[in-house]
Amino acid sequence: MTASTFEQVRSVASDIFGIPAAEITTESSPETIENWDSMQHLNLVLAIEEKFGVQLEPEDIEQMKSIGAVAALVEKLQSAAR
Amino acid sequence: MHDSNSNSTPDSTSAEHNPPNLRAEIDRFIAEGDFDLASRRLAELWRRDPASGTASFMTSRLDDLRDKTRDKLALTTFKLAILRSFTVEPIVPLLRSEAFAHGIDLEVHVGDFNTYVQDMLDSQSSLYRFAPRAVVLAVRTEQVAPELWRDFADLAPEAAQQAAERVVRGYEQWIGAFRKHSQSALIVHSLERPSSPSLGVLDDQSEAGQSGLIRQINRELRRIAAGFHGVYALDYDALVARHGSEQWHDERKWLTARLPIAAGYLLQMAREWMRFIVPLSGRTAKVLVVDLDNTLWGGVIGEDGMAGIKVGPEYPGAAYQGLHRALLDLSRKGILLAVCSKNNLADAMEALEKHPGMLLRPKHFAAMRINWTDKAQNLREIAQELNVGIEALAFMDDNPFEREQVRAALPEVTVIDLPKNPLEYAAAVRNCAAFERLTLSAEDRQRTEMYAAQKERSGNEQTFQSKEDFFRFLEQEAELEPVTDLTLARVAQLTQKTNQFNLTTRRYTEPQIAEMTKQPGWHVFSIRLRDRFGDHGLVGVAIAHDVGEQCEVDTFLLSCRVIGRTVETALLAHLAESAAQRGRKRLEGWYLPTKKNAPARDFYQQHGFEWQVTNCEGSLWTLDLTSCTLRCPDWIKLKVSDGVTEGNRGGKN
Repeated sequence: MTASTFEQVRSVASDIFGIPAAEITTESSPETIENWDSMQHLNLVLAIEEKFGVQLEPEDIEQMKSIGAVAALVEKLQSAAR
Repeated sequence: MHDSNSNSTPDSTSAEHNPPNLRAEIDRFIAEGDFDLASRRLAELWRRDPASGTASFMTSRLDDLRDKTRDKLALTTFKLAILRSFTVEPIVPLLRSEAFAHGIDLEVHVGDFNTYVQDMLDSQSSLYRFAPRAVVLAVRTEQVAPELWRDFADLAPEAAQQAAERVVRGYEQWIGAFRKHSQSALIVHSLERPSSPSLGVLDDQSEAGQSGLIRQINRELRRIAAGFHGVYALDYDALVARHGSEQWHDERKWLTARLPIAAGYLLQMAREWMRFIVPLSGRTAKVLVVDLDNTLWGGVIGEDGMAGIKVGPEYPGAAYQGLHRALLDLSRKGILLAVCSKNNLADAMEALEKHPGMLLRPKHFAAMRINWTDKAQNLREIAQELNVGIEALAFMDDNPFEREQVRAALPEVTVIDLPKNPLEYAAAVRNCAAFERLTLSAEDRQRTEMYAAQKERSGNEQTFQSKEDFFRFLEQEAELEPVTDLTLARVAQLTQKTNQFNLTTRRYTEPQIAEMTKQPGWHVFSIRLRDRFGDHGLVGVAIAHDVGEQCEVDTFLLSCRVIGRTVETALLAHLAESAAQRGRKRLEGWYLPTKKNAPARDFYQQHGFEWQVTNCEGSLWTLDLTSCTLRCPDWIKLKVSDGVTEGNRGGKN
């Protein structure tokens, strides 16, 4: 995972969860972010799809259990698309 | 920085300027209590990056602003309820952000899944308790007409027809109940047709097929909507088609989250709702002010000239004609058009009037500011001239600098960000919610003509850099002649009716005028005027009387329709010249004030006359004809007839 992808995912997550980007790490998850419920999870998925122009499969969405996992997934999909 | 790697993201264009910094700035302004600046930066952020993440940020800060500054920001509050058969929650922040960009503080109530029937039928439901200004009924075919969506091929033709009729009766009943319980507006989604009907191409061979029956329901929905005030059809089927059914749908999200719309199109759904909310909230634009160079035509008229600018039926000029058609459609909806352009007036007018590729002509514009003044000032003047508030203006310019300047100076104005490609100009206008209307009156249809007629009659001098420019633009032709049999009635009528520009206000009957013309030394002149807007007819009268070395002006008047465009100077110059030719040394005239003739008060003074005396009736002025330089203005083409007709020798009676 590159720093750049993580930064971008983090800034999307900051918008969605309403917390400062600086407080978000690769380890941040539904356990550490209070707002991260199922509706916000959907919002995060939609924002990521829109931002990176990728299509997440239901199986992918289940894997998105931390910000680090989201960033890794985005990179995987982007490199597959190239 | 999330925009640093711009080529990896589809939506971050070069225009995206550091949104994280913008976010920090917004938070700082909110913390410092500068809500006006915070609100401007929020609008800027949304323009730069209208996406789901941004929308979440926007709504949280809009909530902050709402708590802290209720009523202080010039936002219109609007309560919207959404009744639905699918997940709409992720659309709500996008919708609220869009609404904010249109000056609307939107409060949204979302009904429970598929409870829209109970909500509408039960007068005690949460829907009615919310007391919305408008309600969206967003129901999908799959839920409201499941028989027509799935296993359609298994349905007998009569059963299919009955199913369609049952759906229509349902809507009729729900909407009737809604109208009984509420006066709110209701926006009803039409039903979407399946992108792949059960029987394939066979389906479309009959009106009773799957698509045909859904079309039938949609026709009926329009009929039902038209039967109620404030019930409107939203053509959801057409909306999906516009963006492409395959792109619009996301089967994964539908099956996992009951969200049928793909991430990239949620904003389009929000924008479609805005096309109803904006006109319902009254935050519409009444006037669209357009730039000329690279907006109404390709190129710069002052540099490229008539032959160089691009506008016409062929590409690339066709792109601009597409925009012209969109603008003409706006004017047919009662939206006034106006021009604000930095140009030489003559260059721009030549193109507007004469370029064969232009579909828009000066008559289509209710106001024009073609000059080198800054555009914000011109927009203020246009609003004043058209007697509308500044918030009623929309502004369209290809130049980002001009747009920003207007935004900064006049945040109330709707500024349309024209796309870079002129081929997309027309759509940018057609899709702008500020121009949507939900009803159309006869006045709306005729508004442009009414303003045009008014403007032409009153003479829109402010369009021009100088009065002289305006006078030249008018192309006035005056015809001066002694009174004749044919003009006698009109001349007498003018002496009786004219109050404002009338130096002596002496009233004469036809026989009196006729008698005058028989007396030696009396001269009765009339003047006719024509200009580019048409023939004004006989508009002025002067009666002079030679006494010894001087010529006395008995009567001098001008119809109020043509005051102030120098035809009076032409008439006076002729009086002076003709008197000099008859060997008179002085021209003498009284100004006799009345309650109404103030417009004529300074007339003699302005034309080089010397004041002689003032008595209880008025003041006497004299012009020395031996040194007189009074001439007809060069922008008036003056034709002097000798008037040797029957009338000149006698008169009727």
